[in-house]
Amino acid sequence: MIALQAKRSHRNERIAINVLRAAAIFVIFAIATLLLYLAFEGSRTFVTDHYSIWKFLFSSDYDPSNNHGGSAVFIVGTLMATTFAIAVGGPFGIAVGIFLSEIAPPRMAHILKPAIELLVGIPSVVYGWLGLTLLVPFLRTHTSSPSGFGLAAAGIVLSIMILPTVISLSEDAFRSLPPALREGSMALGATRWQTIVRVLLPSASSGLTVALILGIARAIGEALAVQMVIGNSSQFATNLFAATASLTTEIVIDMPGATQGSFLEHVLFSMAFLLLLIAMTLILFVRFALRKRA
Amino acid sequence: MTRNVALAALVLGFAFVAPTAALADTTINAAGSTALLPLVKDASGLYQQAHPDVKISVSGGGSGTGINQVAAKAIDIGDSDITAPTQKELTDNRVAVIGFSVVVNPAITLKSLTKKQISDIFTGKVTNWKQVGGPDQKIVVINRPRSSGTRAVFIKTVMDGTPVSDTGLTEDATGTVVSVVKQTPGAISYAAFSGTHGQNLNELEIGGIKPTEANVISGKYPFWSYEHMFTYGPAKGEIADFIKFVQTRSDLLKKNGYIEIGQMKVTETDR
Repeated sequence: MIALQAKRSHRNERIAINVLRAAAIFVIFAIATLLLYLAFEGSRTFVTDHYSIWKFLFSSDYDPSNNHGGSAVFIVGTLMATTFAIAVGGPFGIAVGIFLSEIAPPRMAHILKPAIELLVGIPSVVYGWLGLTLLVPFLRTHTSSPSGFGLAAAGIVLSIMILPTVISLSEDAFRSLPPALREGSMALGATRWQTIVRVLLPSASSGLTVALILGIARAIGEALAVQMVIGNSSQFATNLFAATASLTTEIVIDMPGATQGSFLEHVLFSMAFLLLLIAMTLILFVRFALRKRA
Repeated sequence: MTRNVALAALVLGFAFVAPTAALADTTINAAGSTALLPLVKDASGLYQQAHPDVKISVSGGGSGTGINQVAAKAIDIGDSDITAPTQKELTDNRVAVIGFSVVVNPAITLKSLTKKQISDIFTGKVTNWKQVGGPDQKIVVINRPRSSGTRAVFIKTVMDGTPVSDTGLTEDATGTVVSVVKQTPGAISYAAFSGTHGQNLNELEIGGIKPTEANVISGKYPFWSYEHMFTYGPAKGEIADFIKFVQTRSDLLKKNGYIEIGQMKVTETDR
């Protein structure tokens, strides 16, 4: 009887391990397929249509029906909106992270933390909708923007969207610091503020870098909410309130018209692949920052 | 044990549900133009009442989507405001005529613009309403995306082929265009009668001709097009029957702001 049970659990274990292995192999397979497919389709602009990579990256002449695929406007749009988001949302998020970990009384942190995590679960269409109904009319009446749509609207929506990521990760970065750091600093007579600025902030810097980079990655990849408020105008934003477009929004807007095998389809794939490259580079940076800490 | 029973019940449940769903004999999928969407939606409801064995699913996406999807055989009917000259495998079924309006924010009380003035606004040569006889107010141009049939018809019939400038905003459906024009001071755009009539917008006359069904029928008003329901090869069976239904229900056409092809006193080539 006991022998039978042992044999059975042995068999179960083998099955379980094989199931886990299969799942892991499947994930690797899926990622590899995705990468190869995007790289293959994205390269067609240059290989099949002989459009120059240089022009794709640095020209603003975007007219796919006449075989012009200059995407500089969208690349700059993505970079500007993301910079705006991280410049506003980054410091703000880190400040809340410090507050939650170092200053807030435990009961308050207990309420605040789930509330912030809830923000992650709000679908991006809701952020976009709020941007469209509250932010755009506000910017229209209070700024130089005649329509309210534009870079500022996109940047503000994005800075709110990346807050939960930045807050959670920076709070974790502070919490993971050894208590001895705080105790030592206090023992030397430092105030709480001095402890935070001179001891904790420098020690948590690599964790905070991770928080910022993942925030940036979130901002770069967002499509729907941005598309609803940025104005989708194929021109460089000459000021903060001008309408422009980004890589993700242009893909969303032009996708329905992309006939299979058309130049437009190839250019959109190239944009998608470029987005993937940017995201991967950021993730590599994160790994690098983490390794330095370890 | 209870878990296993629950699981078994779930699996059995699916096994029963799946075939009943498949039993709805024929399913017709239609997608594409948002200008044609109200008509196809209405017609599909009535058609399904009369033919309980046929299930019709209707969605938007734009004329480009409609043509692409039907050419890829992903759907049965591709709705479009424009023809598909490069896709020889598609059969063009014209179902109706639709007029389009050039619409501006109601605070701009101009009555009429000439084709030349409209063209100057959409190419970016004119940027303030006072340059065309309106108030001192910046013009906010709103376009539809490149895949939009409405945009293609606008460029062909109003701009006389001149492409629109990229400096304007882009909104991706008739409904969005209408609401953004309503709330943005100085805004101008274009959309199908089915989306603009009775919407409290200022619908401009083009060269002194009012955007009405009567003026489209007589051929005086230039901004109109045929609505197409493309099929892969000639339509057969229920699909052909449904397209015929859309073409012939003049009450539905009228109610949604479309015009029967038979009423037209001009054809596309007369324009």
